[in-house]
Amino acid sequence: MTTAPANSQPKAYLSRRYRLSASHRLHTDAFTTGQNRATYGKCNNPHGHGHNYIVEVTFAGPVDRTTGMVCDLGELDRFAQTNLLDRFDTMNLNTLDPFRGIVPTTENFTMEVHRIFEQFPGAKLTRVRIEETSNNSFEYSE
Amino acid sequence: MILLTRKAEFSSAHYYWNDAWSPEENQRVFGKCANRNGHGHNYTLEVTVAGEVDPVSGFVVDLKDLKAILEREVLSVYDHRHLNLEVPEFAARAPTTENIAISIWQRLDGKIPHAKLHRVRVYEMPDLFADYYGEP
Repeated sequence: MTTAPANSQPKAYLSRRYRLSASHRLHTDAFTTGQNRATYGKCNNPHGHGHNYIVEVTFAGPVDRTTGMVCDLGELDRFAQTNLLDRFDTMNLNTLDPFRGIVPTTENFTMEVHRIFEQFPGAKLTRVRIEETSNNSFEYSE
Repeated sequence: MILLTRKAEFSSAHYYWNDAWSPEENQRVFGKCANRNGHGHNYTLEVTVAGEVDPVSGFVVDLKDLKAILEREVLSVYDHRHLNLEVPEFAARAPTTENIAISIWQRLDGKIPHAKLHRVRVYEMPDLFADYYGEP
């Protein structure tokens, strides 16, 4: 049995999932119409399409001796509401600032979400994972 | 090396409360989880062990044995119990998802024959979970 020293605070990882629905179209002006269709297939449909995304963020840190927590969940949820859900939920990703000139693939969306949650002051972000559908998921960590 | 994960479920009650704080401070920090009548969750536990595949059995561990160990060490103590009131390790530390993962690690570490405990993951809800890898 592992017995931690009395004054140590073991390191744990807390993960929280947020759900948002958004539309996108995968298309780049760098390609011809034919190249866009060949590369992005049905995701290149000019009218766009949408997903119910599941955004999973993971934070690491010592478990606070008093609260028993890696970070304050209420604070994290408020941060996510303001910086993730209010900005991306029920939106067209192609029209948003972070995707100006950048194809809103879920790879790029995952890196953008990483940039956002890196700013959360309550704990250290270690990973972002986004499920675009139940069959496709993307992970980014530095 | 192979990683093997076994899942189990338990349903327990808990609340978050720090006796050193005023009721107002508990309410501010823990919100609705500070209700002293408690509330409950269906927890999902995932225990991942690491080991070499036995050349004869083809197993890392015998899943029957692992299931029995989880039952004896964790489920029989946590399932359909009030964690604060009935589980000794939570008399002095809050039964948060993080602390439940750490406590389950401490209950299981060294008790699984032929394999090394790799990760304990505890889901309090599908959208909230904690991982512990035994890091001090």
